[in-house]
Amino acid sequence: MLRTNPLYGSAPDLEARPLLTVTDLAVQYRTAGGTVRAVDGVSLEVHPGETLGLVGESGCGKSTLGRAILRLVEPSRGSIRLDGRELVGLPRRALRGERRRLQMVFQDSGAALDPRWTVGRLIEEPLRVYGIGGRAERRDRVARLLADMGLPPDAAARHPHAFSGGQRQRIGIARALVLDPDLVVCDEPVSALDVSIQAQILNLLQDLQERRGVAFLFISHDLSVVEHVSDRVAVMYLGRIVETAPRDALWRAPAHPYTRTLLAAVPSPERQARRARRGVNLPDALPSPYAPPSGCHFHPRCPLAVERCRSEVPALRAFSGTAHRVACHLA
Amino acid sequence: MSAETRTGAPVLEVDDLRISFRERAAERAAVHGLGFSVEAGETLAIVGESGCGKSLTAFALLGLLPGNARASGRVRLEGRDILGLEGEAMRRLRGTRIAMIFQEPMTALNPVLTIGAQIVEAIREHEAVSAADARTRTLSLLARVRIPDPERRFGEYPHRLSGGMRQRVVIAMALACAPAVLVADEPTTALDVTVQAEILDLIDDLRRETGMAVVLITHDLGLVAEHADRVLVMYAGRAVEAGSAAALFAAPRHPYTRALVAARPRPGSALRQRLVEIPGQVPPPGAMPPGCAFAPRCPAAEAPCRETPPPLPSVGTAAERVACLRWKDLRAPDQSPVRLGA
Repeated sequence: MLRTNPLYGSAPDLEARPLLTVTDLAVQYRTAGGTVRAVDGVSLEVHPGETLGLVGESGCGKSTLGRAILRLVEPSRGSIRLDGRELVGLPRRALRGERRRLQMVFQDSGAALDPRWTVGRLIEEPLRVYGIGGRAERRDRVARLLADMGLPPDAAARHPHAFSGGQRQRIGIARALVLDPDLVVCDEPVSALDVSIQAQILNLLQDLQERRGVAFLFISHDLSVVEHVSDRVAVMYLGRIVETAPRDALWRAPAHPYTRTLLAAVPSPERQARRARRGVNLPDALPSPYAPPSGCHFHPRCPLAVERCRSEVPALRAFSGTAHRVACHLA
Repeated sequence: MSAETRTGAPVLEVDDLRISFRERAAERAAVHGLGFSVEAGETLAIVGESGCGKSLTAFALLGLLPGNARASGRVRLEGRDILGLEGEAMRRLRGTRIAMIFQEPMTALNPVLTIGAQIVEAIREHEAVSAADARTRTLSLLARVRIPDPERRFGEYPHRLSGGMRQRVVIAMALACAPAVLVADEPTTALDVTVQAEILDLIDDLRRETGMAVVLITHDLGLVAEHADRVLVMYAGRAVEAGSAAALFAAPRHPYTRALVAARPRPGSALRQRLVEIPGQVPPPGAMPPGCAFAPRCPAAEAPCRETPPPLPSVGTAAERVACLRWKDLRAPDQSPVRLGA
């Protein structure tokens, strides 16, 4: 029942048909201050069994994009296909069937768990909702999942508040995995954890992927973590993807000026060669999301910007091979 | 990093600092006999995970502990004992000789006053200067923390500024009276990575210009490598290792420090490499083991480790210390990932 998929193992097949195809997706929020285009025409693919890292700074729209893929927020335009089936516009009932295959893990899973329920009931609930298995079979499945998560067997009978932050995150992951989904959107899953606990959770996610072939869309502001977990990475800035590439290619040869700024800003003992960041002096505020800059959104902060960047939106185009793509007129 | 501004004499000396909380009838110890010193022009990082006592230590230095906490031991600022100071005496010291910046800059800002008015007030509280002079000094402080267009920003309210700009304002306030020591408690944890880099570079530059000492409290080892001269690693309320920042990464000695360095995702590592885990978790304050607090999680722990807390002797030079009975027996840290413990 707990599927293991030897096909995917540790190397995702990028030639295979994508599991998830997002095309020209947009999400708008109407607020008192005006309309915000939180996601502004994003296209991306996630392949079976791979981890796509999605990085960007606060307000870039990465979390909204993750939620829109699960239709927790409604897109205003664009397409989301899961194994070729369109999710945008799908009625709630039909969507429920697809949602089994699409789950989410949040930064603080503890906050998303009903404190009055036992952990066993919390994890079992999705199975009940979807009418999977008999009672004994469900219990059995929950017990095995708890063991997979490195939680003690008696965890099922306890309440979420009895657990530490790291353990609550394991419970949240168990709940997301109990339906055996194909894709889990992980939104800052280790950001609230200390580094030693963070390592435990990152290893756990990696083990689960290897055993079950589940794909992750891994959303994080932490570039070191994203570099560690991702097969491929997409960099977001003010609602748009500015660069996407296989992990090593992105760190070896970042093509977008924003990506370069971002990578140079990561403090690290290993890459201590003093960066060229001094003198670049980015104005440190993101432009207002209500009135994003014309053309390339990054141009007011970009040291290289020319006239064309102010007027013309750069398309995400092939930079080196087909896998490394960049949205910059000058790259 | 900043040899030109260092004098060799410590401006801040902390000795046997103990902090405890009164909870119902019991006294619960949170920091156990901490000692360190900082020279002028130097940055000391105090590193550790949540609950290790690093922020409490920072608060104790400025006399800002909550009412149910007690501190004992000795804190000397420029040769003067300040731990027992209260009320007006401590307040005067706080604005002038020692200052603090926080993770969330709004904690230090008044939302209903313009940023200019707040800095002017900070200056005039400690020095008898005219309003016009205070204004001139405020404008130059705003420029020094690289806030563009200080004249315009002077009249703005904090909520109009981004997180990074607010932190610059707080730094400007901290610098208003040229303190000897700046305590920075997770000053960039709430900020984006590009903003973080600029704020920490700014603090480095100001330290070099003024010769102030910086105590940087952080959970982020990456920051330590770039912005600290020396490091103190804390675990469960105790110092476990002290030394130069460079040595800490090249050759960490304490098993906890080694594990902490190895648990970080390493740039440029092979895809799908496992991280080193530290099994278990920090013991809660009420349930500290009798011996080394790290022993229950330590792959090298032996019977004596579980009996009494290890001392913190000098190893190598006087500034290098490690609180581990077994550090000499441990092999050089392996750069390949291995799972520690069970």
